[in-house]
Amino acid sequence: MTLTFEDFPPGHFGTFGPRRVTREEILAFAAEFDPQPMHLDEEAASKSMLKGLSASGWHLCSIMMRMMFDFYIGRTASLGSPGVNELRWLAPLRPGDDLTLDIEVMEARVSRSRPTTGIVTFKALVRNAAGQMLCEMVSPIIVERRAGAAAEQAG
Amino acid sequence: MRFFEDIKIGQRRELGSFTFTAAGIKHFAAQFDPQRFHLDEEEGRKSLFGGLAASGWHVGSVCMKLMVADGQRLAREAAARGEKVAIWGPSPGFRELRWIKPVLAGDTISFSSEVESVRSSDSRPEWGIVQARNTGTNQRGELVFSLLATAFVPRRNAGA
Repeated sequence: MTLTFEDFPPGHFGTFGPRRVTREEILAFAAEFDPQPMHLDEEAASKSMLKGLSASGWHLCSIMMRMMFDFYIGRTASLGSPGVNELRWLAPLRPGDDLTLDIEVMEARVSRSRPTTGIVTFKALVRNAAGQMLCEMVSPIIVERRAGAAAEQAG
Repeated sequence: MRFFEDIKIGQRRELGSFTFTAAGIKHFAAQFDPQRFHLDEEEGRKSLFGGLAASGWHVGSVCMKLMVADGQRLAREAAARGEKVAIWGPSPGFRELRWIKPVLAGDTISFSSEVESVRSSDSRPEWGIVQARNTGTNQRGELVFSLLATAFVPRRNAGA
């Protein structure tokens, strides 16, 4: 069943995972999009602030997107997102990490300009197997309302 | 790459441009963001985007790609002049990312970066913290992408 605006009341939505991230994935993404030594080279990475090979932050974002898709966005009447309010990279993503995603609904409101849709603001939290927080994001998504919801309200 | 001391508010760098092909959009989307409007032309046309649209994470990752390439170009030039090369640190995150207009198959996006703030790091005295507004503009001159990025930038005489 497709999830609509009504399925996202404020509060904890759920937990998804784990999702294993391999060294090969980290190197492949870094080679294409973020070829800094700290993401590509063990020796250089060990001397960096992150003290060891770590994934590009954009790789972590992209993996988080895929986890959100597999968890709920893939079965949500989503129309896309206007952006990200804030994203924090809190700790490095290492080869072999098993990621868990927690989703909270921070706010859900009906769109004024497009009353058949609502804007759901999510907080997404990614942790590794040790429970260490790697990434925290706050981002709104435009979601369709249940068929007839706008008419009911107008009536 | 430049050192913290060389970076001033208002400095702007043109990072180069990138053409998003249909194949490239679908390849990224299949891996990371397989929403229908990122994978299929017809679904894209029926969506709010009005065509096959790149994942916003693809656009952000390409901005990073051009940023790194530009930094490495600067580093090579500095090395060729016999100067010390700055190796930038990681980023603690970003704010105000806006996917302002869709990036559709065939669009060429030119990216730039403008420094908005500079401050020293209290916890890491060998580093400074730079905030820059990174933007992407399409071939029609429309702003399509913007974010306020933060990065740790080394001080010239750190550890000296």
